[in-house]
Amino acid sequence: MALLEVEDLSVTFARRGQRAVHAVDGVSFAVDAGEVVGLVGESGCGKSVTSLAIMGLLPKQPGLRVGGKAVFDGTDLLQLDDRSRRDIRGRDIAMIFQDPLSSLNPVIPIGLQVTEVLTRHRGMKGETAAKEAAALLDRVGIPDPKRRLKEYPHQLSGGMRQRALIAMAVACQPRLLIADEPTTALDVTIQAQILELLKELVRDSGTALLMITHDLGVVAGMCDTVNVLYGGRVVETARRRPLFRQPRHPYTVGLLGSVPRLDAGRGEKLNPIPGSVRDLLPWPDGCAFAPRCARRTDECVGEPPELVHAHDGRSYRCVNPEPLPGMVPAPREEESA
Amino acid sequence: MFRFIVRRLLQLIPTLFGLSLLLFIWLRRLPGGPETAILGERGTPEMRAAIRRNMGLDEPILVQYGRFVRRMIKLDLGTSTSTKRAVTTEFIERFPGTVELTITAMIIAIGVGIPLGYLAARRRGRFLDHASVGGSLIGICIPVFFLGYVLKAIFSENLHWFPSSGRQDPTLGATRVTNFFVLDGLMTREWDAAADALWHLVLPSIALASIPLAIIVRITRASVLEVLNEDFVRTAEAKGLTEQTVRRRHVLRNAMLPVATSIGLLAGGLLSGAVLTETVFAFSGIGAFVAEAIGQRDYPVLMGFILIIAVVYVLVNLLVDLSYSFIDPRVRVR
Repeated sequence: MALLEVEDLSVTFARRGQRAVHAVDGVSFAVDAGEVVGLVGESGCGKSVTSLAIMGLLPKQPGLRVGGKAVFDGTDLLQLDDRSRRDIRGRDIAMIFQDPLSSLNPVIPIGLQVTEVLTRHRGMKGETAAKEAAALLDRVGIPDPKRRLKEYPHQLSGGMRQRALIAMAVACQPRLLIADEPTTALDVTIQAQILELLKELVRDSGTALLMITHDLGVVAGMCDTVNVLYGGRVVETARRRPLFRQPRHPYTVGLLGSVPRLDAGRGEKLNPIPGSVRDLLPWPDGCAFAPRCARRTDECVGEPPELVHAHDGRSYRCVNPEPLPGMVPAPREEESA
Repeated sequence: MFRFIVRRLLQLIPTLFGLSLLLFIWLRRLPGGPETAILGERGTPEMRAAIRRNMGLDEPILVQYGRFVRRMIKLDLGTSTSTKRAVTTEFIERFPGTVELTITAMIIAIGVGIPLGYLAARRRGRFLDHASVGGSLIGICIPVFFLGYVLKAIFSENLHWFPSSGRQDPTLGATRVTNFFVLDGLMTREWDAAADALWHLVLPSIALASIPLAIIVRITRASVLEVLNEDFVRTAEAKGLTEQTVRRRHVLRNAMLPVATSIGLLAGGLLSGAVLTETVFAFSGIGAFVAEAIGQRDYPVLMGFILIIAVVYVLVNLLVDLSYSFIDPRVRVR
């Protein structure tokens, strides 16, 4: 049994007099204990909404409906009352956000922002909490942690701020860490450091990591399993290696084709997917990707395509997938491993 | 911190210098000159000349200005033309009443306004929200003197809950120490005198508080709504903190920044509002006195009042800036 099993999750925003928007529409995926799972897609595909729905952090507003299940360690998070959710958040499931500056409270010292988690979930106070907070900052690679505890977010660099946020997230050794685009707001060099830190923490503590990103480079470097999201649905799920080798869903193919490659010849053009997800809201019936798809057929319009389970645990949602290279010799795994 | 305070207090000097120039020019440019202001239209040319000589108005203008400044430094603001007493003495007697009134009004405005604005934001779109937003609009629209008369008619003339005028029942024969009547009562342990003075403060301070209260409600509400959408509030929620901690530590504190600024600006305006309130409630503070002085063209009194307002404004805003640096480390002063 997986640590987190999301089943048929749907999030709908209804506005009076307008057609309801299905931000997330029947998303299912699983995260095993200690596993690193990617949730990949371009902006607006529903990946952040998915993570916020799991955490119960969607801004309360009239017309918001969350359906389906998110079973964590046997309990459906979506059925919990507010209090039990608060008990789980920060202790069993923690989250790291995109923009470290705006995610930290500007008027409170870093120290208190770390110790408040320790006080809430581990009952630590005063000296004990301060000591543990310093140890946590040290663990995430913040030099001179004792001094940093007294400082405010604006006195830290971007990378240090994200490290501090990570320290708060891992303060209670959660079993699941959700990272929502944790490196998007950072410089490339800092990005690499933060990813390295996350990898290290996951490896050392056995924490499972749900990595939400639009960056296929991050996926390639970290994830065991990848879920590709488009139009609020999971369109393809696969282990990392097969996904990069033989993407089946045309959208995955398009995503991979949009990434600039160093080994491409000079003057070779990138292959961006035409259009953008946001242009199509609300998403069409049938396959949401159809209007932008190069392999579109008549079957793509009307009913949304069923999930097809292929061999080796892959699945995709497409009626006309990219063919497996049958005639071409099968890829040799050993060589690149 | 200490250097900051000293620096800000030193800033008072150029402010007051500019103000003294303005006041000096204003005095010289009075229609018919200062002698007309004192004598009225009936003075004979001989009397005018005598006054000009007495006041030194025949001397060079720079000498006159020098003397004017010297007197101001010695806090000698001249003699009131209507009461024939030193302006400084009059102010020492009356200013404490106004201070008591404005402080009470400010306590009401802050004490009610911030919680109400906060609750309105939390219950956005529900009854309390609509009621407080609508109510605050009424609060801003109703003139202070009108509200004063309405309060007086209802609560003192009909219900007899509160006294309708004055600062204290004179039959109590309370001892005067500082002229802050509530404080005097507490210091001399004349509890009934303190309570009575406080009782007299209720209606006028409610009337005076109405506008700042309405503004504070609205600013607090808007500010809380904005902070609730901030990323760091989501982070606090993600940490699993209790709702109470999230509200107090993360929402309220950040929401207070714009409120603190507006309180500073409002506090200065309260002094002018006091002029109307004190007149309505025959409250013998500086406001009622100044209202009379305006009618009587009592220029020395008006001049003194302008000076006091300027000084109070600078001091209150110094306090606000200091409080700001307690709330927000990003503007912390060194």
